[in-house]
Amino acid sequence: MLSAYLEVIRIRFLMMLAYRVNYYSGIVIYSLNIGVYYFLWMAIYGSNQSLQGLSAVQMATYISISWMARAFYFNNLDREIAQEIRDGTVAIQLIRPYHYLLVKVFQGFGEGIFRLLLFSIPGMVVVSLIFPIHLPDPGVVWLKFALSLLLGFIVNVEINLITGLLAFFVLNNQGLIRAKRVMVDLLSGLFIPISFYPEWAQIVLNYLPFQAISYLPSMVLVKGLGGTEFMHALMIQAAWCVLLCIPIQAIWRKARKILVVQGG
Amino acid sequence: MFHLRLYMEYLKQYMKVRLAYRWDFVAQFVTDFLFQAINLVFILVVFGHTNNLNGWSQAEVIFIYGYFLIPWSIFVAFFNLWDFNERYIIRGELDRVLTRPVHSLVQVIMETMTPESLIGVITGLIVMGWAMTDLNLTWTWYDPIWFILFTLGGVAIYAGIFISLTSISLFTDSKSDIQPIMYNIGNYGRYPVNIYHRVIQFVLTWILPFAFVGFYPASYLLDKANWQWYAFLTPIVGMVFLGIGVMIWNVGIRHYRGAGN
Repeated sequence: MLSAYLEVIRIRFLMMLAYRVNYYSGIVIYSLNIGVYYFLWMAIYGSNQSLQGLSAVQMATYISISWMARAFYFNNLDREIAQEIRDGTVAIQLIRPYHYLLVKVFQGFGEGIFRLLLFSIPGMVVVSLIFPIHLPDPGVVWLKFALSLLLGFIVNVEINLITGLLAFFVLNNQGLIRAKRVMVDLLSGLFIPISFYPEWAQIVLNYLPFQAISYLPSMVLVKGLGGTEFMHALMIQAAWCVLLCIPIQAIWRKARKILVVQGG
Repeated sequence: MFHLRLYMEYLKQYMKVRLAYRWDFVAQFVTDFLFQAINLVFILVVFGHTNNLNGWSQAEVIFIYGYFLIPWSIFVAFFNLWDFNERYIIRGELDRVLTRPVHSLVQVIMETMTPESLIGVITGLIVMGWAMTDLNLTWTWYDPIWFILFTLGGVAIYAGIFISLTSISLFTDSKSDIQPIMYNIGNYGRYPVNIYHRVIQFVLTWILPFAFVGFYPASYLLDKANWQWYAFLTPIVGMVFLGIGVMIWNVGIRHYRGAGN
């Protein structure tokens, strides 16, 4: 059974490889975004050595790493699911001998690995040549980061599954998908590290799953979190991975009962 | 006059199509608003940690951003050329456009417009107004005239650059990703340019003059004397870039061969 899902990863990887030219421009676009936020943050730092426990160099590193990590965790599973629900192909997917949602997750993972290898890593090399950032030396911190990044990926996929599956109930959820994407970028700490938000907003954000996607993995790498701090971050991420399964399962059960294929 | 009547017909048609999916239409409003709000949230949050951005106060930065939204929204409403290559070249709709007795660019613009984006003009004015309550600006009688000229100039700069880029499709039918890249460079124009590296400042002023869309005109309206000569150049830069764009388009149309049979 597992080999079937591994095959899904492989096929998606090869599919992405066929359209790889798109990714060179992606690296340019992400670098431009890193650029604008780099200059903004450096102007904010001004003569301050450090703000909210992050030095200027750490902030530059945070911006770079969180954008390049976004290339890994970002995918359009929500749009794909909504599309398949709308055009009715979900019916065929449902009679196949695998779990539809798990296939989606592994497709997303294949896409993620592809982007990690052909987008994030070369992109990170480019960015580290342009901007004065400081990446930790190869070592255990990178393993911690990888683990945290993987959990962030899972949380993001779960949120995508929920938004995509809502197409079962509202039939046209394009607007919802767009709004969700904006909210995730803002609330996950991609633009602003969570620790920079005002006190009340931090309290709210600490109770939301979004910090697990971008803020926690980036902090693990940038600050080299260790010991209890690292375990704490990891526990939050793992907890959200598990918790988000509940609404997915609930929606999935209900959705299959009311499935209406429009035409086809 | 003829073009105005034609425009009204296109507009009527467009509204019928859009209102068929009412909730999607509403969702579009909400998400557009969210996109614009994100930048405001960013400005508000970061000014919790500093009182100036290379000499610009919070109210000034918000004012610049609010002003930027106005030319930007007008551009987005009328120059929606993102999928030109897909729709007009690959699917061959340009052939239909070329058989009709109205300038091809005018037709394409009318067919792809999204007038609901003009809501951004109102958002921009509100944001500017809100910033002005903290700013104590004195507006003379001719400032509103400059304001309109700056806005038109800013729209023309964006339009010129994106018409030029779209025209590339007329010469080659292969897809290019240069439009989204340019879109992201445009975002640099909504913040004070003196925070950037000198090379970037030069590019944003003389090569891809996005600084004329947001920053330079806004700093004139903010009574910052050291930028005003740049601001006065806005309408001229706009005309030059729009002129170049239309010229490349016209050459491209003559060069265009059609993708299929």
